[in-house]
Amino acid sequence: MRFERRDHPSRGLTLLAPLGAILAALLGAGVLIAIAGANPLEAYGLILKGALGSRLGFSEMLTRATPLILTGLAAAVAFRARLWNIGGEGQFYMGALAVAAFGMIPAIAGLPAPLAILLCLIAGAVAGMVLLLLPLGLRLKFGVDEVVTTLLLNFVAVLFVSLMIEGAMKDPLAFGWPQSVPVPDSAVLPKLMERTRLHAGLVIAVVMAVAVWWIQSRTVFGMRARAAGLNPRAASFAGVPLGRTLIVVACLSGGMAGLAGAIEVMGVKGYVSTDLSPSYGYSGIIIAMLANLNPLGVIAAALFSAVMFVGADSMSRALGIPSYIADVTVALSLLTMLVAIFLTQYRIRK
Amino acid sequence: MSTLLDILSSIGMWEAVLRIATPLIFGTLGVLLCERVGVLNLGIEGIMTFGAMVGWLTVYSGGDLWTGMLAAAAAGALFGLLHAMMTVPLGLSQHVTGLGITLFASSLSYYIFRLAVPTASSPPTVTPFKPLPIPGLSEIPFVGPVLFSQTPPTYLALALVALLAFGLYRTPLGLALRMTGENPHAADAQGLDPIGLRIGAIMAGSALMAMGGAFLTLAAFNSFFPTMIQGRGWICVALVVFASWRPQRALLGALLFAFFDAFQLRLQTVVDGVPYQLFLMLPYLLSILALILMARRARVPQALMQPYRRGER
Repeated sequence: MRFERRDHPSRGLTLLAPLGAILAALLGAGVLIAIAGANPLEAYGLILKGALGSRLGFSEMLTRATPLILTGLAAAVAFRARLWNIGGEGQFYMGALAVAAFGMIPAIAGLPAPLAILLCLIAGAVAGMVLLLLPLGLRLKFGVDEVVTTLLLNFVAVLFVSLMIEGAMKDPLAFGWPQSVPVPDSAVLPKLMERTRLHAGLVIAVVMAVAVWWIQSRTVFGMRARAAGLNPRAASFAGVPLGRTLIVVACLSGGMAGLAGAIEVMGVKGYVSTDLSPSYGYSGIIIAMLANLNPLGVIAAALFSAVMFVGADSMSRALGIPSYIADVTVALSLLTMLVAIFLTQYRIRK
Repeated sequence: MSTLLDILSSIGMWEAVLRIATPLIFGTLGVLLCERVGVLNLGIEGIMTFGAMVGWLTVYSGGDLWTGMLAAAAAGALFGLLHAMMTVPLGLSQHVTGLGITLFASSLSYYIFRLAVPTASSPPTVTPFKPLPIPGLSEIPFVGPVLFSQTPPTYLALALVALLAFGLYRTPLGLALRMTGENPHAADAQGLDPIGLRIGAIMAGSALMAMGGAFLTLAAFNSFFPTMIQGRGWICVALVVFASWRPQRALLGALLFAFFDAFQLRLQTVVDGVPYQLFLMLPYLLSILALILMARRARVPQALMQPYRRGER
């Protein structure tokens, strides 16, 4: 048996790949559900019902998808240029922390809402950028591989958040719980649906996805970033400024992850704590791959993950299957997606 | 100043160095073995988590401690096989596959753990490995308790360093493995099987990673809890760069790292006014520093991260 590269991977196959991958992952996770003594079809039915079957469930699903779209974009943008930003989790936390810190400045809190929101969003994005520019700087200056440094910085970032919310930014009214001072009312994102947690962050995330798609497919920078990823040597030979391109990619990528953290604080939580993210940063990597690094596909992949995560919570209560099954399914779909993409690019010959 | 000397001269601190270093030794040797044949294995964090869970679960359900270590190793080898199948014959992105394995293995660990212990609020414990003083040697003042009163897996880790150092540089198999990591085409031309060598080395390396995880639940602590690996896997990946892909230097790196960790733990208790989080950051920052120092100097296996397909350049 050997593999032969297809000359032109068909468009249909490429679009089918994520569906096949998700199906395979559901099949694998189904075995695990069956081992736990439940009927997989019933479990998946309950997951769908939990996430889509009620107004509350649906709004929760969209609320969950919001940060996932942004962390998914963060990974997609970076991976396309072969910048291995695995630090989305840390950048998310830095974005969240920046918003809380900004909100503590009386002059910001006193601004009219649209302006305060805008400034806080920018602060969050910039904080995310900074945390990615550091490891990129190490790569460009010292040749340090950014995979490990971004991974390690995730732990540093969470410890830094912990340091701040137990120290200078601690909420004195939180009965001793380590959490930050709440963001001022002027920086709270408006709700999209009455009596739910769904907030305007979803609109921002979708707009960002479209913006990133446009930047990647319609601008010179987008083309350069892609060229830098496909073949750095050829790109630099063709006059693409590699370092500069990567810096802009890092700003975009870190900015998206920082924005995700900012929006989660401004729209859902209202304050920062060290359990703000159920690993949104790492899930972003899966979402980016499921979307085949396409910014618009990221929206669909984030919705799939959100359905799994939110639906699994209610399924878990009904059937007693640990809700970790959602994490297992989503992680497994990353592995099956890699194989699916391979099958779109190669033919198997006997 | 005198408290610093007190810490540095305490037997407890030096004893802790080897204990803290043990999972890192297992992990770095695992990473080293994978990367020496040319494959990055970012699955380590998840494989360590899975090893920790399987080792604990085996002992919790009645197996003895060594069966636990063995079960962890076998589970690690299976994840290694998965990683190898995807990155070697299929040649998929080693970065993404490894991260996928990490996410899959760790969430699977939590799922199985929750199935096994559905309601326990505090993690159930097992009786861990006890220190095994080596007769005679353990009675040497200072050195005895520090080096020769460790738990059996620590001795195993040290023996593995020697075995790997000898195996890689003094045996035909070691030469074949190193050649595969430097130039798989040349290895193939010599009649070796780069694909098979890579798969085997990744499985063995992943088994070592899982044993490092199992050490945590079966010797260092006595229970399993989610997120207990705390980035130790990623630190191992950094340590291998620091070690310039050599087993002896990997041991040195792990010991040096463990020394700083043991030192900061004790420093926390005597230094007032410095937030404990700053101390906890140190291991990660030190790893980054090690990478900066060694990034340009280390001799990287030439075929690292390059998939090999016969007849394709």
